Amino acid sequence: MALKVLVGCKRVIDYAVKIRVRPDKLGVVTDGVKHSMNPFDEIAVEEAVRMKEKKIAKEVVVVSCGPAQSQETIRTALAMGADRGVHIEIPADQMTVLQPIHVSKILAKLAEKEAADVVMLGKLAIDDDSNQTAQMTASLLDWPQGVFASKVEQKDSGLEVVREVDGGLETIKINLPAVLSADLRLNEPRYATLPNIMKAKKKKIEKIKPEDLGVDVAPRIEVVSVEDPPVREAGQSVGDVDELLGKLKDKGFSS
Amino acid sequence: MTDLEKRKSKEFMTMFLPRATIARRLAAFQSRRQASTVVLIEHRGDSGINQGSLAAITAARTLNQDLHFVVPSASKELPSNIAKQITGLAPAAVHLAVHSSFARPPVPETLAPFLQDAIKATDASHVFAAHSAFGKSVMPRVAAALDVAPISDILSITPDGQTFERAIYAGNAICTVKSNDSVKLITVRTTAFDKASSTDGASDSKVSVIDGSPDEITTFEKEELQKSDRPDLATAKVVIGGGRALKSSENFEMLNTLAGKLNAAVGASRAAVDAGYVDNSLQIGQTGKIIAPELYIAIGISGAIQHLAGMKDSKVIVAINKDADAPIFQIADYGLVGDLFKLIPELTEKV
Repeated sequence: MALKVLVGCKRVIDYAVKIRVRPDKLGVVTDGVKHSMNPFDEIAVEEAVRMKEKKIAKEVVVVSCGPAQSQETIRTALAMGADRGVHIEIPADQMTVLQPIHVSKILAKLAEKEAADVVMLGKLAIDDDSNQTAQMTASLLDWPQGVFASKVEQKDSGLEVVREVDGGLETIKINLPAVLSADLRLNEPRYATLPNIMKAKKKKIEKIKPEDLGVDVAPRIEVVSVEDPPVREAGQSVGDVDELLGKLKDKGFSS
Repeated sequence: MTDLEKRKSKEFMTMFLPRATIARRLAAFQSRRQASTVVLIEHRGDSGINQGSLAAITAARTLNQDLHFVVPSASKELPSNIAKQITGLAPAAVHLAVHSSFARPPVPETLAPFLQDAIKATDASHVFAAHSAFGKSVMPRVAAALDVAPISDILSITPDGQTFERAIYAGNAICTVKSNDSVKLITVRTTAFDKASSTDGASDSKVSVIDGSPDEITTFEKEELQKSDRPDLATAKVVIGGGRALKSSENFEMLNTLAGKLNAAVGASRAAVDAGYVDNSLQIGQTGKIIAPELYIAIGISGAIQHLAGMKDSKVIVAINKDADAPIFQIADYGLVGDLFKLIPELTEKV
């Protein structure tokens, strides 16, 4: 098959960090906070690299939209086995209004430019929790979408994708070229080894601006405010099962 | 004559139009402005209309506009499993997306063109769907085709339909957003809205067929759904969640027994799912299911941020864990520290 795979990855606040809402209530505190590659994107990169190892893919190009620090994220993907990177330069202060609609347009244009056969993304980014980019990219390209994939295999001249859906699993057959999004169980990403991290430093990262691809990144959705969620009042501890059942009965739960 | 002069003379002339003409033009102008609301209806066999779609209908009804349903159907008739329910929900009109492949779960690529046509035909300003696996798959696809930014998993909508709340960072922050797009494609968090109910005695709605024969670039092959006697995890009033401390899938049976007595659904933390104790579809959390039951009992669950994202809107939370320092106790209304292997059988017996 020898497919060319374009993998998207995003630099986000690390999943283990306890986020804090900014005092100006327009976002969360990002300064000095640990960032890493979106966990779903790690899975996407891993899948692309495995496709190359299985000789299903011939080249893996990784792309990330963001400020200069996004290059660290791209380097991580290169260290995992991607061949080269593309950094779409977006100033840091524009990141809060860069939305899936913009990213999908960038990815679609890039996929055409690179003549990609597969665009591989994470199902969602753990910061905005949108779960839209893969679907939108597929729509713009008029390609099939294999989203929330937990298994991807070659089948005839296309792909068979097992998806995680509400009640269980769904298997679909899609034509190529296609857009895929990785769900949690697609694979377990590798850690980049030190030799590979060193090798990655020599791999090329091309820098492009959205305008170079003809994409307008003017905001479409305005952030009015970002607030803390409603706080639950502190609870109480109960000593034993009887006390627990008593409290629940008082609350109106009868068996 | 300059443009300005021409315009001014036109306005001047309007003063002399007959009143009837002015009234007619005003009415035409107002009806042109009257956009409609579309709701994508998901339905399956005997269960009728999905709970998520009923929540989407409630959200849609916030806006005072004509309500149109788009219903996938394999035939040109309103599917019999939902006909009565649909009538009872009294939409202004029902638009059937007819395709032979819709006899099985619809594929987003095949449904999207129908939904797009319906949005154009009804002059929709707002389109709602549940934030279900299907809603999530199809709505952004249609949004991209219309060049609008979709708004996913909303918790609330203002009556003017412009401003929405949604959760970000696994629910650790709530973001209020405003969309300026002329068509808004919105998915709705099922637990955030009441489920619309059908009323008896409503008259049959107007049913029309959306024409279309899209290319089938994706085909549905099969599905493997979790079969369970338990109520549906997403909508059960009582849910029991099991964590990795259960240690095995056999031990999860203990929770099933307790669930049977409480008529509860059983869910799990990601750790328990990853360890293979239960199926993926039982996962509660940021990347699993978001639930908000009346009562959630967390058993052997430590309370990672991502799990809390999935259940912290539950009305009452009970936590049972051996570790008194487990984060789950910080959000539990009632916390019981102890060995679940002793406490659960006791609870099951006494409940």
